[in-house]
Amino acid sequence: MASYTPTVSLDDPRTSTGGNGHIPPRHHDGDDFGSSFFDVRLRRARLGLVVGLTGIVMIFISFSSAYVVRQGLPTLDPRTDVLFHDWFPVPLPRLLLINTAVLLISSLTMEIARRQAARKAALAQLVSVPGVSMHAKEEVSWLALTVVLGLSFLAGQWMAWRQLAASGFYVASSPSSSFVYLLTGMHGVHLFGGVVALLTAGAASLLRRPADSLAIAVDVTGWYWHFMAFLWVYILCLLEFVH
Amino acid sequence: MGLVLLVVIWLITFVSAYFFIAKTWWLPTGASAAAAGIDHHFTTTYILMGIVFVAAQVLLGLFAWKYRDRAAGSPARYSHGNNTLEIVWTVLTLILFVGLNLMSSSIWASERFRPAEPGALQVEVTGMQFAWYFRYAGPDGKFGATKPESIDPSAGGESAIGLDTTDPASKDDVVTGTMYAPVNREVEVILRAHDVIHSFFVPSMRFKQDVVPGLAIHMHFTPISTGDYEIACAELCGLGHYKMHGMLKVVSQEDFDKWLAAREAEK
Amino acid sequence: MAGSAGGGEIIMATRELAAHELHAHAAPQGFIRKWVFSLDHKVIGLQYFFLALTAVFVGMFLSLLMRIHLIWPNVSLPLVGEIKPETYLSLLTMHGTIMVFFVLTTAPQGGFGNYFLPIQIGAADMAFPVLNMLSFWVTFLGYIVMLSAFFVVGGAPLHGWTGYPPLSALQSAGPGEGPGADLWVISIALFCIGALMSALNFITTTLDMRARGMSMMRMPLTCWAWFITAILGLLAFGVLFSAGILLLLDRNAGTSFFVPLVVVNGQLAAHKGGSPLLWQHLFWFFGHPEVYIAILPAMGLCSQLVSVFSRKPIFGYKAMVYAMLSIGLLGFMVWGHHMFMSGMSPYSAFAFSIMTMAIGVPSAIKTFNWLGTLWGGRIRFYSPMLFAIGFVSLFVSGGISGPFLAQPVLDIPLHDTYFVTGHFHLIMGVASIFGIFAATYYWFPKMFGRMMSESLARWHFWFTFVGTYAIFMPMHYLGMAGATRRYSQFTELAYLRDLIPLQKFITYAAIVTIAGQFIFLFNLFWSMKYGKKASDNPWEATTLEWTTATPPPHDNFGGHTPVVYNGPYEYSVPGAPRDYVMQNDPATVAAH
Repeated sequence: MASYTPTVSLDDPRTSTGGNGHIPPRHHDGDDFGSSFFDVRLRRARLGLVVGLTGIVMIFISFSSAYVVRQGLPTLDPRTDVLFHDWFPVPLPRLLLINTAVLLISSLTMEIARRQAARKAALAQLVSVPGVSMHAKEEVSWLALTVVLGLSFLAGQWMAWRQLAASGFYVASSPSSSFVYLLTGMHGVHLFGGVVALLTAGAASLLRRPADSLAIAVDVTGWYWHFMAFLWVYILCLLEFVH
Repeated sequence: MGLVLLVVIWLITFVSAYFFIAKTWWLPTGASAAAAGIDHHFTTTYILMGIVFVAAQVLLGLFAWKYRDRAAGSPARYSHGNNTLEIVWTVLTLILFVGLNLMSSSIWASERFRPAEPGALQVEVTGMQFAWYFRYAGPDGKFGATKPESIDPSAGGESAIGLDTTDPASKDDVVTGTMYAPVNREVEVILRAHDVIHSFFVPSMRFKQDVVPGLAIHMHFTPISTGDYEIACAELCGLGHYKMHGMLKVVSQEDFDKWLAAREAEK
Repeated sequence: MAGSAGGGEIIMATRELAAHELHAHAAPQGFIRKWVFSLDHKVIGLQYFFLALTAVFVGMFLSLLMRIHLIWPNVSLPLVGEIKPETYLSLLTMHGTIMVFFVLTTAPQGGFGNYFLPIQIGAADMAFPVLNMLSFWVTFLGYIVMLSAFFVVGGAPLHGWTGYPPLSALQSAGPGEGPGADLWVISIALFCIGALMSALNFITTTLDMRARGMSMMRMPLTCWAWFITAILGLLAFGVLFSAGILLLLDRNAGTSFFVPLVVVNGQLAAHKGGSPLLWQHLFWFFGHPEVYIAILPAMGLCSQLVSVFSRKPIFGYKAMVYAMLSIGLLGFMVWGHHMFMSGMSPYSAFAFSIMTMAIGVPSAIKTFNWLGTLWGGRIRFYSPMLFAIGFVSLFVSGGISGPFLAQPVLDIPLHDTYFVTGHFHLIMGVASIFGIFAATYYWFPKMFGRMMSESLARWHFWFTFVGTYAIFMPMHYLGMAGATRRYSQFTELAYLRDLIPLQKFITYAAIVTIAGQFIFLFNLFWSMKYGKKASDNPWEATTLEWTTATPPPHDNFGGHTPVVYNGPYEYSVPGAPRDYVMQNDPATVAAH
């Protein structure tokens, strides 16, 4: 430790702004009685999620910008030296609407699971009977339902891709088809990451991990899941209406 | 150590500055109408920035020596800064930097914002791995069509640019590996590339422009003195990038006409 | 005072408990958990540091081969044999990529930032230790994938670190553009993921884990630099990642995001309609913030060091913070200055050039403030200070050539010449490396408990300071004379042949300078074992890392979370018992 002692007093040390020896203001560090470490950890996890989502948003902003730019870009025909537009929007399969509904419902089940986990964590702080887990089955089944719906969405996306291919639209068929596959594929990858997070939370629940850690995991995954649903709606609107 | 730092920093500064002032290695003599303006602004920039460079390095060396820790010396000045000074030098720097830029903007505008003049000589410049080809439209003033399928770089000349010989306008097109231009007449270059990005760079003309596949970029410059001027490719284009060079020969208008007529006759 | 000390102890005791409970993992046992998959930010910081150390020697070796080939194109070297033009370009591509990503973006942030951000703000670890561990291993995997490009059929790609399509998008455009280029893209994509994970940690930690009394405006400027760098990374690496995905698809799935109708080697390629400029926009939207990512931590450290070793507060702390914030913000608005000659609209060029001149202003302010800190100081010329002073000089030199390139008219003769190469090597390469050296000499005592040899450090400094100037200052002259960059030899054009003597000088300077780096390497490893034992605060500095044991214990503060009373630069405070006041010293009146 440093070699000073707190009892040394100074002769009027010059300072440029105020603050004469008072104890610095309380900063959020979670050691007040009453406010729990859970609050701090939850806040920190949520902050981390917001920051992480910002990074993911930039990925999709880049793709969106490439999409808009490519749409408007005329192509030079080297034979005739004429500029022409080569953007022909892809007719999107109706199946995508069903998939959207499935994803939005999964957001509902996810929200129920999230609130259940939060309630359980609050209860656990007061009722400290070890081994008792009320509503454990209920909580797991809402999580499980979300996983099932999420996987159904992904399966539905895969089927939509098959339908597109059947109508002759492959990845490289046209600029617009490339973007359809790109945007839906990237979203699917990120949603699958969410599914993995849910499965991990589910496993942790079955392994009887502490309720507060579970609540934080489910909370963060829940908000991520909602964001993925919002992102999907955005992508669908981009593909359908911006052309 | 303070003194050594001062000496070394000052030495590096003055030696570097010397070679700038002596122009030991410098821009080649300008041979286009735009060169005078560009070179003049270059000089303005390098004088102003040179002063800043020398001043900053001299001060750094000076302070390193002057404020070295000495056994008997006053304690360091306890100061957290000076807001007035901060504002003053921020504003001055902003005026210097943005001012310089605005000064150059009129030259940029005249080079790039306006299209070529109506009487300019049109030359189509095509870059490909790893050669430049130049096409002149001939007496009909029209460039014939080209077909990507007909492009055959190994055959050189008309085949290299994929000239569509069935198009009547192609009959009088002249394709060469050396660029000719008459002096004191604006040249409009139509810049294309076949495969990857190249860049058409003629140092003496103070001219540079990337040639991009999928684009036909129209630009212009006016040679004002006769001579042979090397053309270098200035955008990494593959293993032959270093040897993708050409030559611009600026001649009198009548020598140019004779040359072009001779090329037409060969066809 | 005694009374508040007693109350302080009670508060301290409560806080110890809190810190201990919040620090979720106990000290690990076993070699794997302690040194391989460690969750301790200090170990992870060292892992990043040593990754960057191997990468810099690889990158330096590649540049040595390049410089030798340039002046002796036909010579056959031992081990490597003859270097063909395409090989030269592969060396060039990998040199740039490895240096920019695995050295300049890794050592200052992942290395020193990871190690010292939590300690300097009074935290026990990063916000998410598991994520931190993963971010290192993802980066490491990216490094392995990058190196593997050398060993596949066709070798490493030749399209430059900037990877412009169609050259980078067409497997047939050149040797190395086959699997080597795919591995290059994949490596970069992995690096992006690692960087995003790391940025998440840095931002959350800075915002949420500062000790009591450590307000944002009491943070050392190193912490501000790491924080702003992380924000830049968060917003920029996603864009590079997207560009990489699009490039991979163009290369392998037949899409045409970037590739228009092209004919390569007489063959019509199966692409049409794409835009090469789209790649450039996406790449440089990332690429320009990237150069600030590379330099900001060094700027933060330079501020730290000129203050510590002049025994003076930093001149204009608030201005320094605002300057770094403006650099970060403006850094996202200037990317088009890399594209003045690209075929982009000349009106856009004008707009970008005004913004670019504007971003020179905060950089100038920082330089004035560094000089202002030296003024009136009592300078101690320890090795970290030598490199800090060197940094200021190099930053000025590299920065001065910026306003030339920022004006489109002057960019016409200078774009893609050695003038650009000289500019970015001085301002981004060498200046940033000086920051890394300074950080190593400065924090080595805290990390390893011993001092590095001062005399060897001085040799290293002089070799490197004079040597790098000798290498990169002449490049400006070459550029003005029209010497184009990325040429594997200068034998084909007359005006380039005339410049070969100057190129020779540069190569000789490079050989000597690279040799000098082995002094550093030797000093580093020798001192770990045989260096003089270091006290807890050998530099008499005020920031929190110098209050811990050496090396710091697992939770950094041994259970005593610090409480901060002072700003980070309270040196030579009139009336104070010594010429420095620790940040957690309650006895001195807090100035900030």
